[in-house]
Amino acid sequence: MKLDNTLLRWPKAVVLSNHFILVLTVLFFLVMWGIYPHMAGRRNLANLLSNTWPLLALVLGQMFVLIVGGIDLSQTSIMAVTSVLGAMVMATSLEPTRFAHNPLWGVLISEQGGWLSGSPWAVPVAVLSFVVAGASIGLLNGLAVAKLRMPPFMVTLVTMSFFSGLAIYLTQSENVRPLPDSFIAIGKGTLGPISPPMLIVVVLALLAFVVLDRSILGRWFYAVGQNAETAKISGVPTKRVIVLAYAFSGLCAAVGAILYSARLEAGRPTLGRNLLLDVIGAAVIGGISLFGGKGKVLWAVYGVLFFVVLDNSLNKMPLDFYSIDIIKGAVILLAALLDALRTRLSLYHAPLAGAP
Amino acid sequence: MTRSALEFDRVSKSFFGVAALSDVTLSIPEGCLLGLIGENGAGKSTLMNALAGVITPDQGTMRLFGVPFHPTCPADATRAGIAFIHQELNLFSNLSVVDNLYIDGFPRLCRLPIIDKRKAYRQAAELLTAVDLCLSPATPIELLTPGERQLVEIAKALGRNARIIIFDEPTTSLTAAERSKLFQVIDNLRREGRTIIYISHSLDDVLRLADTIAVLRDGKLVSTGPGDQYSANRMVADMVGREIAQMYPARASAPGPESVLDVKSLTQPGMIKDISFTLHEGEVLGVFGLMGSGRSELARIVYGLDPFKSGSIRVRGTDAGAPSPIRSIRNGVAFVTENRRQEGLLMEAPVSENIDLSSLRRYARYGSARIIDRRAALKAARQMAESLQIKSGSIDRHRAKHLSGGNQQKVVIAKWLLTDPGILILDEPTRGIDVGAKYELYSIINDLASRGTAILYISSELEELTGMCDRILVMSNGEIQAQFRHSEFDQESVLQAAFRGRTTANQTEANGEN
Repeated sequence: MKLDNTLLRWPKAVVLSNHFILVLTVLFFLVMWGIYPHMAGRRNLANLLSNTWPLLALVLGQMFVLIVGGIDLSQTSIMAVTSVLGAMVMATSLEPTRFAHNPLWGVLISEQGGWLSGSPWAVPVAVLSFVVAGASIGLLNGLAVAKLRMPPFMVTLVTMSFFSGLAIYLTQSENVRPLPDSFIAIGKGTLGPISPPMLIVVVLALLAFVVLDRSILGRWFYAVGQNAETAKISGVPTKRVIVLAYAFSGLCAAVGAILYSARLEAGRPTLGRNLLLDVIGAAVIGGISLFGGKGKVLWAVYGVLFFVVLDNSLNKMPLDFYSIDIIKGAVILLAALLDALRTRLSLYHAPLAGAP
Repeated sequence: MTRSALEFDRVSKSFFGVAALSDVTLSIPEGCLLGLIGENGAGKSTLMNALAGVITPDQGTMRLFGVPFHPTCPADATRAGIAFIHQELNLFSNLSVVDNLYIDGFPRLCRLPIIDKRKAYRQAAELLTAVDLCLSPATPIELLTPGERQLVEIAKALGRNARIIIFDEPTTSLTAAERSKLFQVIDNLRREGRTIIYISHSLDDVLRLADTIAVLRDGKLVSTGPGDQYSANRMVADMVGREIAQMYPARASAPGPESVLDVKSLTQPGMIKDISFTLHEGEVLGVFGLMGSGRSELARIVYGLDPFKSGSIRVRGTDAGAPSPIRSIRNGVAFVTENRRQEGLLMEAPVSENIDLSSLRRYARYGSARIIDRRAALKAARQMAESLQIKSGSIDRHRAKHLSGGNQQKVVIAKWLLTDPGILILDEPTRGIDVGAKYELYSIINDLASRGTAILYISSELEELTGMCDRILVMSNGEIQAQFRHSEFDQESVLQAAFRGRTTANQTEANGEN
């Protein structure tokens, strides 16, 4: 009850603002800049941005699933399996010593490389297979959740296990490389100040924004997440909406896989292995609710920015790998707490009609 | 003179500058039953929340048996011997009766952290006898009827030795038999010297039970006095601050000749059996039935939420096949469900997004991209909100959960009116809303009927149906038992029909649940 204090009004307005996380990120960045002056150096900023784009692609997809009240744990395994499949389409040559025991040797891949090795169609077809495979696995998740009414956590946990295992089986734990230069350029090339990953993910984010904020489909996503029963009675095709959310999540995971694979110059069966916490952590920090019905593209962007800046500064500190994970975990927990606090604050802030 | 069990002395509370309670002074003698009435938002819940320790009054004091009482949390109130029996019961439906009775303090074996099961069962059985409930304490709550659950709640209060028991709308989901049993138990409690506060919109119940009546309006106590000085008319006048000449507004129109909804031999085993009726243009057709009679099931099946095995549904002469909500909306059928919180509203969403949810397709632009014309959608929602006189802040920012019950119900109706329905199915549309809002809702329904909308009006309140409908179908045991035209309305014969086959229905229901 004491929250209604005048002294607290200003901080409250900031905490409740849509841009709270951005403010926090900037403050954090400035403090870190004071300690590590090269934080704002050109190379570090470029590095920061290049980490931002693929993570944002994943968080955008995850957000759709969170909004409809689900969760997609399989995004990282979708990355791994699409990375491997795409690479097997376009690899320019493959070493027999490492791949002769592969189950696909002589079928899809050979000494000359992938299925379309050397063909001018190799890269476009590979990119298409990334996207189609990713969206299909997402579709599978969505169908299991919507039509078979299985719990999202279980469904995506199983697909996570299955497809990350499949990715390793298909490659027998070998990275699939080398890849064509034109594909690698997606990760490295620049068009003036604009990099291809930036272009791709900004387009993806704009698409997500238009769908969520401006289209009927977007309103349906929120309605299903807020109250599926009301949505159904009000004529929302709830099952189709849920399936679409998971399919989009899979597609976004595939886009992330394209960007990471191009950067690593290989199809990697363990791609994204440690990324799941980053994705869900960034979403939660941004304020996207795990209970469904709440989330915005802008929040996803802010969450990712915060996470990337945090990660970057932790890497600058003299810490070992495990301490970094501990700190990251603590920050995500803090964000979840903050989210709960914000929800309560906004409750007290809202006009009350009658009794609370 | 008996001493006061509970005194409120100049209790005030405001939320963000809006007074929810101002200067309420009220004293309740021990062993007395106070009937507390008022429209939604009049301050009843705020007053009770102050008593429960959910909120702290800004000013004023409360005294419990003469001792100042300042609860800071609900546990304080429980410890002081105050028990709340809420509208939405607080029982764990997966647990047994005995588990629920002792959830916050099982009897222990020699102070060890081990439950003394035998003692718990024995005490539970005694408590159940005290509330006249013949059940094994091991029965899971989910097998009980709403009335039996209510009695378990009372037993729980007795188990904690509650001296003051507060009932909040206890009869809304009870059958007539369960209601009279509840009243008996309440009478017993009073005879034992317990003090009772009874909150209800059902004025007849309050008149029947209360020793003293207190009326709240806009956070103020407007009148209080012995129950025999009150009539239903005076209570309504005090509550709304003006006389309402009639409970039901007069209808100016009569049903047209054209039939818009034809239901033939509709059957779904275990739910409804061989239901046939015709609904005409501009007609208000009532469906009366007790809890479990199949009235809501019928509505859900006609609208397409549940499947049916045989029979047919024809909308304006064409077979609707197996309807789904999407198809029903396209056919101009709208459905205001019984349960607006769980099935009617997006509580977290702004009012405007609730209103245009079912008619979004009308505001689509750019072909299959289906971008919403937001300005047009908001304008339409605003017009609808104004024409139904929904009291809300700016509708694109104010959330549905912040509205009062009556206004929430109007939002659900606004949503459906925006789809331009030819057929409107209403299931208990006035449940839990206050007298003033009810009257407004009745006027809206009459207005729709006069413009040709066919209305299927489902209710468990007979008076409401006789006041509003052209015809009434009476359902029991999943079947239509009788049909009455407006000129033939007669409470007694309708009730008789509603109870027809009732005892056997109860048995089959119980078997089905086991």
